[in-house]
Amino acid sequence: MKKTALHGEHVAANARLVPFGGFEMPVQYAGILKEHDAVRHRAGLFDLSHMGQFVLEGDGVADWADELTINAVGTMKPMQARYNIFCNPAGGAHDDVIFYRLPDRWLLVVNASNADKMWAHLNAHLKPGVRLTNRHGENALIAIQGPKSVEMLQPHADVDLSAMKYYFCSEAHVFGKTAVLARTGYTGEDGFEIFVDGAHAPEIWSELLRRHAAEGLEPCGLGARDVLRLEAGMPLYGHELTEEITPVQAGLRWALKLNKPAFIGKDALAAQVERDDYPRIAGLVMGGRAPAREGYPVFFGGAHAGEIRSGSLAPSVGNQNIATALLPKDAATIGTSVEVEIRGTRHPATVVATPFYKRPA
Amino acid sequence: MAQPENLLYSKEHEWVKIDGDTGTVGITDYAQHSLGDIVYVELPKVGAQVSQSGNVGVVESVKAVSDLFTPVSGEVTEVNAALENDAAAVNRDPYGEGWLFKLKLKDGGETASLLSPADYEKISAEG
Repeated sequence: MKKTALHGEHVAANARLVPFGGFEMPVQYAGILKEHDAVRHRAGLFDLSHMGQFVLEGDGVADWADELTINAVGTMKPMQARYNIFCNPAGGAHDDVIFYRLPDRWLLVVNASNADKMWAHLNAHLKPGVRLTNRHGENALIAIQGPKSVEMLQPHADVDLSAMKYYFCSEAHVFGKTAVLARTGYTGEDGFEIFVDGAHAPEIWSELLRRHAAEGLEPCGLGARDVLRLEAGMPLYGHELTEEITPVQAGLRWALKLNKPAFIGKDALAAQVERDDYPRIAGLVMGGRAPAREGYPVFFGGAHAGEIRSGSLAPSVGNQNIATALLPKDAATIGTSVEVEIRGTRHPATVVATPFYKRPA
Repeated sequence: MAQPENLLYSKEHEWVKIDGDTGTVGITDYAQHSLGDIVYVELPKVGAQVSQSGNVGVVESVKAVSDLFTPVSGEVTEVNAALENDAAAVNRDPYGEGWLFKLKLKDGGETASLLSPADYEKISAEG
């Protein structure tokens, strides 16, 4: 089992550790609901160093990446970050990722569970003019997320954080250590992702907590992260996106740039958009207190229509139970009543618009 | 939290309080701590006949569904309806407010197979 540079910190904090993406990672510290509350109202700290990090260099990167992904890489401005998806020829997703355009290189962050698959994919399609470096497990990634993120991080960063635009990054120093800061995140709150060399991560992590715990900064694990992203309507690879579930089915049409001349999966995705008859990911709210969970069958008009892909109690959605499911087009309309079968009994649910939660303006 | 002395325990981390031929059942502090934040409890129906060690419901945390077993056999006479809107009571007060269900015992002799507070303390320390 691999360990991130912050493993010792998690052990010292008595975190509950679980295997995830080949690393031993904290699923919770003080408790999922407490950590969730911290992120929504103050700030939380996440160790994301298990995620794959690749450095892309060379003049050919943007054109090369544009042929492998659905969103536009070539139009990214300097210091911009952009969500993107690598697809297979049938339009299914290999992974959802974020590209970061730095002055002399690009950073590509991929899901931990797909790090090996994506490294192989990038190398299988390598072209002259592109050089790849795998920094998985060596570069650390710490995210601070929550309304107090700017306030808590600013004293320790040498760039003006409030001037950083959403989905842009800066080269900076955090506690004097060289870092890339990006105003990105996966929680639906304001916040920053801090890319540093693994050697400097423990100091940054422990100093942030030491100085800001009194103001409510808390370490947060994968359990809280999953509730936060689900409420914010963000897909999780393996659930709302898979090698079989396409970005179009997952409601990510906004990330699909069909005006790009060519990319893997383009024809399949264009045809899917044209036909508009495909099953799609729908947001559900349960009518009662029983949570919907991954794998539970969903019924529409009495007939089996699909399965729950993700489900959780949602403290930020009136403490209701929310879920996603892949449903046929006619079942996936907002306002539709469906049923979720839980241990043999069918429970009512309603299809709703996503995101389930939006942070206050 | 030390194990309350007036209760008996099962290997599945339930407790039972015996009062004549009535039993009150809940899960232990060890169990609620292992589960994490409890968000939903599915209890047996009043009137249900349950058998010792049988699966009678579930206790759900944010991330997982855990089977609930009964440490003794009997007929369910009452369930803790307050948990419907406050499942967290099981975390806060597993031996008091967080009680799960009561039953009329079928066989008083079953308690001989349950664990004393000291014996339960041992197995939960190892767990």
